[in-house]
Amino acid sequence: MAGDQVKRDRLSFESDRALMLSLLVLIVLVAGAVAIPLTAADSSRSIGDILATRLVAPGGYDQLGAWHPLGTDAFGRDIMVRVWSAARISLGVGVAGSILAGVLGIALGAIGGWTGGLLDRSITALGDALLAVPRLVLLLVISALWGPGLGVVITVLGLTGWMSVMRLVRADVQGVRILPYVECAHALGVSDARVVWRHVLPNALGSAIVAITLGVGNAILLESGLSFLGLGVQPPTASWGNMIAAGREWLLVAPWIALVPGVLLIITVVASTVLGDGISRRLARYEGSTARMGER
Amino acid sequence: MRHLLLRVIDAVLLIWIVTTLTFLLIHLAPGDPASLLASPSATASEIARLKADFGLDASLPVQYARWMTGALSGDLGSSLAQSRSVVAVIIEALPVSLFLGGISLLGSFLIGTLVGGVQALRSGRRADTAITVVSITLYAAPSFWLALAAVALATTGASALNAPAWARLPAFGMHEPAALATGFDAWRDLARHSVLPLLVLTIPGAAGVARYARASLIESAQHPYVQAAHARGLSESRVSLRYVLRNALTPLVVLLGLTLPGLIAGSVFIEQIFAWPGLGRLMLSSIASRDYPVVLGLTLVYASAVIVANLLADIAVAKLDPRRGG
Repeated sequence: MAGDQVKRDRLSFESDRALMLSLLVLIVLVAGAVAIPLTAADSSRSIGDILATRLVAPGGYDQLGAWHPLGTDAFGRDIMVRVWSAARISLGVGVAGSILAGVLGIALGAIGGWTGGLLDRSITALGDALLAVPRLVLLLVISALWGPGLGVVITVLGLTGWMSVMRLVRADVQGVRILPYVECAHALGVSDARVVWRHVLPNALGSAIVAITLGVGNAILLESGLSFLGLGVQPPTASWGNMIAAGREWLLVAPWIALVPGVLLIITVVASTVLGDGISRRLARYEGSTARMGER
Repeated sequence: MRHLLLRVIDAVLLIWIVTTLTFLLIHLAPGDPASLLASPSATASEIARLKADFGLDASLPVQYARWMTGALSGDLGSSLAQSRSVVAVIIEALPVSLFLGGISLLGSFLIGTLVGGVQALRSGRRADTAITVVSITLYAAPSFWLALAAVALATTGASALNAPAWARLPAFGMHEPAALATGFDAWRDLARHSVLPLLVLTIPGAAGVARYARASLIESAQHPYVQAAHARGLSESRVSLRYVLRNALTPLVVLLGLTLPGLIAGSVFIEQIFAWPGLGRLMLSSIASRDYPVVLGLTLVYASAVIVANLLADIAVAKLDPRRGG
């Protein structure tokens, strides 16, 4: 048994290390996205002397003597600068889309779980229906029909991503609804809305935050996919997806154009997934320890 | 039996909700397919006639009723871009996607379970951690990027490494442009062309399955009945197969329904990049040409596939796990 304890402690230490590492990576990514485009001399969109600057390999100098750590693209734009200004868009869209989905999920889950009945069943049925269609297909159809753009992408990510948060919050609310302290609050004459807001939702928030964090990576992937297909962020504004799409035709001559944004994209998605997993493990341990305290 | 019947009714209702939502989504969108299909010089009356031909001039409820009665008798209307029935267009593209999807689904589960099993045996050790890092990375990589990386490797990479001719895999299409080969050669040609798309489609799926399989196997090995089996003196392999694996399989079956949406999304990119004329490519081209009936038909096919897979997984779980009632 002692061995088990040691093993568990080691595992939790490792998961915390992964949690801290992923947090660090994300902080670096956000800092880079904010700072690097600011320090760059040339903007990520403007095109200068194409012939002198195009298709410089990573680490090379163009004919004007400027150094490009990650090379340049077919229009002579520095990939280092573009990839980090794309990070602003991709991180922003991913976080905004995921938070929108989370807020929708929390609201619908709380309403459904609290009221029950027909409203609850309609929300659940709508969620099940949306889950049955691959999210990419929904995104494709909506952004193709309503016109591509940043606002549409964020809205659609929100509208198609609330189901998992809704399920978690709904289950939590249903569980909390029958606890004595809620009944107590009712007996004291507290209104339904206030009971949900003050006493029920805070208890359901932990799992929702995990789902939202895990949703960020997914949202970033979907945005990049849409932009790759030309239905998301439109050039000349850089996003990782449309940078990869632009590099596709230069794949044989200048593979770095498509490969570099992909690497940054993968690092971001892995970091946010590991962060979500880490938070969820911490939460489970915390809830486990408070449960044990309750037993005593 | 009653439970099963209820689940089937649920599934049918769900398919109906999905199609109705998609119908509304498509028909309430701004823009008009008739003016897109008509030639730029078409007069207003010509566009109006085109609209009448496609039945787009009727009110929304009438169009919906028409579509639904058609769909119930297996008629999904006719394609606006190609003057054929939607069913014919979809059936033509279906085998390509079934081929890609079927093999990669099978591959994902086989490879994923195997890798997850190795990890569970080595859980907490360095090999386990290394595989976890690799599988999280592959799972996070967008399939279109993996596809481009594979193309780069097979072309520029292969020639840089001076790879032999048999190792230079074709990175485009389903067969050689002038495919006149028959019999064995035709199959060999198809197999060579399938390697890259299948790899790119299977690897992320396998990574996802491996993560679940690992967790499920580790959890399953901790049950008291496993200890009891050990205590009864059963051999290691018998305990692993008969007790641990058998009970870890149940959650994996549920994964079948959960993997399908990702596979469908992946196939959209893979078919587009490798130029395979399957459902995913049809979806993209229909969206681009605003071919509403085909988009609607494809959504119906996709949603039905996911819902039926979930239903089958439910039934399989009930069969595998007596506690949930068979």
